[in-house]
Amino acid sequence: MSKLASLAIAVVAVLPLAAAPALGKDWTTLKIATEGAYPPFNSVTPDGKVVGFEPELLDIVCERAKLKCETVIQEWKGIIPGLLAGKYDAIMSGMSVTPKRLEVIDFSIPYTNSPSTYAVLKSSPLLKALGEDKRVMLTDDAAAKASAAADSKALAGKVLAIQTATIQADFAKTYLPEVKTRVYETTQEEDLDLKAGRVDAIFASASSLVATLEQSKGEIVLAGPKYYGGLFGLGSAFGIQKGQPELKAKLDAAIKSCIDDGTIKKLAEKWFHVDTTPRQ
Amino acid sequence: MKQFDFLWDTFLQLLAGVPVTVSLVTVSVVLGGVLALGLTGIRRTSRPGEWVVSAYVFALRGSPLLVQIFLIYYGLGQIEWIRSSLLWPFLREPWWCAITALALNTAAYQAEVLRGGLNAVPKGAIEAARVCGMGRLMTFRRIVLPIAVRQALPAYTSEVVIMVKATSLASIITLFEITGIAHSIVSETFRAFEVLSLAGLIYLVMNFALTRAFRRLEIHLTPQSRSRPVERPVSKA
Amino acid sequence: MEDLVAYFTLIGFGPAGWGVPLARAASMTVAVSLSAFGVGIVFGMVGCWAKLSRSVVAHGAATVYTTVLRGVPDLLVIYLLYFGGSQAIGAIARAFGHQGFFGLNGFVVGMMAVGIISGAYQTEVLRGAYLAIPRGELEAARVAGMGRLLMLRRIIAPQILRFALPGMGNVWQLVLKESALISVVGLIEIMNQTRLAVGRTGAAFSFYITGAILFLLITTFSGAAFRRAEAWAMRGMGGRVRA
Repeated sequence: MSKLASLAIAVVAVLPLAAAPALGKDWTTLKIATEGAYPPFNSVTPDGKVVGFEPELLDIVCERAKLKCETVIQEWKGIIPGLLAGKYDAIMSGMSVTPKRLEVIDFSIPYTNSPSTYAVLKSSPLLKALGEDKRVMLTDDAAAKASAAADSKALAGKVLAIQTATIQADFAKTYLPEVKTRVYETTQEEDLDLKAGRVDAIFASASSLVATLEQSKGEIVLAGPKYYGGLFGLGSAFGIQKGQPELKAKLDAAIKSCIDDGTIKKLAEKWFHVDTTPRQ
Repeated sequence: MKQFDFLWDTFLQLLAGVPVTVSLVTVSVVLGGVLALGLTGIRRTSRPGEWVVSAYVFALRGSPLLVQIFLIYYGLGQIEWIRSSLLWPFLREPWWCAITALALNTAAYQAEVLRGGLNAVPKGAIEAARVCGMGRLMTFRRIVLPIAVRQALPAYTSEVVIMVKATSLASIITLFEITGIAHSIVSETFRAFEVLSLAGLIYLVMNFALTRAFRRLEIHLTPQSRSRPVERPVSKA
Repeated sequence: MEDLVAYFTLIGFGPAGWGVPLARAASMTVAVSLSAFGVGIVFGMVGCWAKLSRSVVAHGAATVYTTVLRGVPDLLVIYLLYFGGSQAIGAIARAFGHQGFFGLNGFVVGMMAVGIISGAYQTEVLRGAYLAIPRGELEAARVAGMGRLLMLRRIIAPQILRFALPGMGNVWQLVLKESALISVVGLIEIMNQTRLAVGRTGAAFSFYITGAILFLLITTFSGAAFRRAEAWAMRGMGGRVRA
């Protein structure tokens, strides 16, 4: 009875909103969700402003797509369910295009792409054990499996930190099934536990690790191979609901123009210290 | 039917978290109970003791369990000398951090429950016991404890139920109890509503069984009819 | 000593300090808790009425309400309302022919979720308070010819308030602490703000202790306020023992 009552109250409370112009095919405004805790993609300053690679890119994209954009903060775990529930129109939060996500939502073309790799304490024996920095494409199945097997061996008896609901978590589940993992809500909490020694390594996106490396002032370093492609997808893109071709077209056009004129290259070098423009 | 397959599959996955939840509740309630007994003892011995215990109870009951869990897991983990101390092998593990936080928290509530129970023992009964020649220990064992336990049992039941629910917060520090598993399923299937409802159902069943068991215990311990909250005219025939 | 200075700089109101966002978060916590408490009272009143009613349907529904909401972890209820709630409203709105979204923001969701949960506890508090009213008074009122509405206004409501205040104080405590869980739906209250601060600075201990202290401060002040209210409600009753 209470649920019915609450629904009734909510409907009555919300009906005035229903009188507002409905968002249909003619996109003029856009509500974007971001985690706000994934530097250098996005993070929140003490006075509540969202800063990072993505907010800056968003300003440019919205200007080019002639959209009025509003940003809301959403906890990472619930960011896709929130989109599906209609809480906002799009997601811009370092979210990679993956087959699994494509089952439930659509994506724009990617605006950045970075590999996933390990991070360890500089003093850790894992720095050597995980081997050298080499590119491994997951589409090359044999090489990927071999590399992952070597990683598993190095990580035997150690604990690996991954963030919940990420492609890195999927990678660990698929390619590193024997390694003991701990699943964290945020990347900052992974970093805290790496420093505390509760976990021996983190597996995350190289771009997001830039922030970790900076904040640790050299105490944490990258290690091991860099993985691309396959279940890691083609890069990060805007997540949108299925069945919104006009929105996708607008966003794609704006992103393409940013790629073509080097805007993305500039922003990437500013925030990631390396050009992460997705290959076409 | 595909929907049913999904629900059944999810249900089985969630069940894997039940042993973790049960172990979390049991260990923390027992440890917390022991601590509460100690606190009650300290409370009754001295004035400063009373003050210290009251401060402890206030701090633990006045702040959210979530904050306490974060404080113990991340807060203590950040402190150098804790990392090099004997406590570290325990505090390093999320399970022990969760137990510590849950036990400390329930100890505060259980101390209050015990206090209420002990206060309910009529002074007259104790005096009569002493007059009969019972020593302190025997008075405690024969008179005080049974009455206190009977009085405290309903409040104790709700505390245990609250603890079962509290274990769901352990999912936030990487533990895979029921809620933790539910979240990981949601992150793979994006079907938040169905998965979370199933998880809720499992907790409901657990708490229902627990309440039933405690109610049986209550009835067993109080064969006389329970007092009703409504005033009744007492006939002095 | 320098640790202490460093700590106060961190939480202070200077440029490097987190004092302003923390204060804002604290007022958000109080705001959402007050709103949720209010919602809870409404649900509690409805639930209490239903539980006391002779109708089997109402009584059953109320029992289901209190059992379910007190037996399921608050975290799950908040998530369910967050995901399920807007889906349901979206569906209803689409049935009315409106496209687009009806985002319930974190505040509203949190307020409704904690309100509905605390309503289950309030139901019991109010019911216990009603049952504590001496039957004799109600009988006398009826005999004196008071209509139901007058009886409600003159006898039942004030008495319920008096008996329910301690229980409501407990529920308020509950609401205050549950507001920390609303952090999972993105509301920037004390819990979330401290978590963000820890994320940016790594000073886990300092910020989580500060968060705890903020909650304790709010608890202390509201505890004092409730005691005042209880004393006011008991005025004129002397040393009369509560039933």
